[in-house]
Amino acid sequence: MTAVLSLSDVTLLHGDGDETVRALDSVSIEVAEGELVAVVGPSGSGKSSLLAVAGALTTPTSGQVRLGDVDLTTASPRELTRVRRQRIGFVFQSGNLVPALTSLDQVRLPLTFGKVADARDPRELLAEVGMEHKARRRPHELSGGERQRVGIARALVTRPEVLLVDEPTAALDRRRSQEVVGLLAREAHEHGVASIMVTHDHDVLHHCDRVLEMVDGRLGPVVAESV
Amino acid sequence: MFLALRELVFARGRFALMGAVVALIAILMVLLSGLSVGLANDGVSGLQRMPVTSLAFQEDVSKDSAFSRSVVGENAVESWSKQDGVAEAEPFGNTLVNARTDKGLEIDLALFGVEVGSFLDPDVAEGSPIAGEGEVVVSGTAAEEGVKIGDTVVLQPSGTELKVVGVLADQHTFGHVDLGYIALKTWQEIRAGVRAGDAVPDRVYDEFTAVAVKAEDSAEVDLAAGDEAAGTTSLTREESYGGSPGYTAETSTLQLIQGFLYAISALVVGAFFTVLTIQRRQEIAVLRALGASTGYLLRDSLMQSIVLLVASAGIGIGIGLAAGAALATTSMPFALEAGPVIGATVLLLVLGLAGAAVAVVRLTRIDPLTALGGSR
Repeated sequence: MTAVLSLSDVTLLHGDGDETVRALDSVSIEVAEGELVAVVGPSGSGKSSLLAVAGALTTPTSGQVRLGDVDLTTASPRELTRVRRQRIGFVFQSGNLVPALTSLDQVRLPLTFGKVADARDPRELLAEVGMEHKARRRPHELSGGERQRVGIARALVTRPEVLLVDEPTAALDRRRSQEVVGLLAREAHEHGVASIMVTHDHDVLHHCDRVLEMVDGRLGPVVAESV
Repeated sequence: MFLALRELVFARGRFALMGAVVALIAILMVLLSGLSVGLANDGVSGLQRMPVTSLAFQEDVSKDSAFSRSVVGENAVESWSKQDGVAEAEPFGNTLVNARTDKGLEIDLALFGVEVGSFLDPDVAEGSPIAGEGEVVVSGTAAEEGVKIGDTVVLQPSGTELKVVGVLADQHTFGHVDLGYIALKTWQEIRAGVRAGDAVPDRVYDEFTAVAVKAEDSAEVDLAAGDEAAGTTSLTREESYGGSPGYTAETSTLQLIQGFLYAISALVVGAFFTVLTIQRRQEIAVLRALGASTGYLLRDSLMQSIVLLVASAGIGIGIGLAAGAALATTSMPFALEAGPVIGATVLLLVLGLAGAAVAVVRLTRIDPLTALGGSR
């Protein structure tokens, strides 16, 4: 399978002068269509930076980031916004839903940002994540797991090629964590989305196709005892 | 507008509070506008309705007290008549008097002395124009207070009697006092304090307040040259308003209040949307990460402030106009005119929107990176 998303030799420096922090240190990774890759690692190891770079939110100091045929390190800000809108889906911690919107409107929201070819039907998608019965509820009326399900539907409505997931189970209990990550894995596999999930939660890793560990900005295979 | 409208509905309590503030400001602005027009009318409507382009007062007279202190003579009228572009120049006298009608009604009058039949002699709505000495034509507002055609007005304390022969259409007032137009000769005798039967020195009949000048249609009279030739100080009709008692103080006070009101509305709206934008930081970061462009976010937020401003200003102006219509029927100096109200509305909306725009521009500085990590 060909890689949809590939980072090669990516380095990201934060700060300046004496205080320079190497958030990402020569990171290389390829994620194929339909593959769910988990990235674990301690706080401050650079997991969020990895998502920021892969999600076209930050341009790395050096190295190359490719999404299909687009080089994200040389694209214009306008182009990056378009790529995020059409080709990347984000799932955030505790959903990060818009307080004013009902579940159905949350899912419709990304389609109002601009033209999206071949978008999925928001209602069907909401049903697929098991939230059609709460289509008219707003985030404050939903549980943490429900919010995360709506967040996943929102990320997938534009049929993205890449899905980036930031600590999806941080606010969830064990059972809901399993359900949410199971849903993520199923969506990634069924719809062929190249996915990276950053997590602390080692209990959900069995849903993933591959697990990598981030330590001090370096990405590598998991050291045995931490799994 | 997808997001803007849903947020207006969702946070309706918050937006209603802000809308109430804008509506109250709009009500206040309509009322102040009516009050300033009303006060201006009360102060200078008599001058506004005079068919003159400028008034030539005594040389170097202070502008504030021109109407009460100035004295000019017949030679000034002759000199002004000969100026280029002057259609007509006539003597004009002004004095304030206390009076009582023969029915016992106490009334203050601003007496304007004019040559009978001259261009200054006004058309009456009822009765007849002044035909000679001892007759007076009064403002429509004096008639509303109970002065009737056929009444005799007795001036205090001189005892001079004036017979009311006509009533003018609308309000003609000067310094918040109703006007009475009388023959110049009568005016000169009243000003000199002549009592019935007294011998009158000749110079009394050569003195009056100012030369009323009417320019030819579309002609520009060179006031400086005219003043030079006639030995006078000219004020255009608009400039002469400042000589009406209290006019400058009243209008500048109201203008100051209105100016503050506009500044307050811009600041309040700006502060509200600043707080709102800061509160939405995380949400906006998420929207940007999901691919919302800066243009989309700006449009959405600005449309929201426009909806809020237009709706609340509209409600406020509606209430203000209703309250104003009620006030206009009382004796309060209050008059609603479309021009000032529309001007105030446009200014309120433009300044409110400017305040909102300054606040909303903040969201362009929100980094979509904020969406990542455990900030919530």
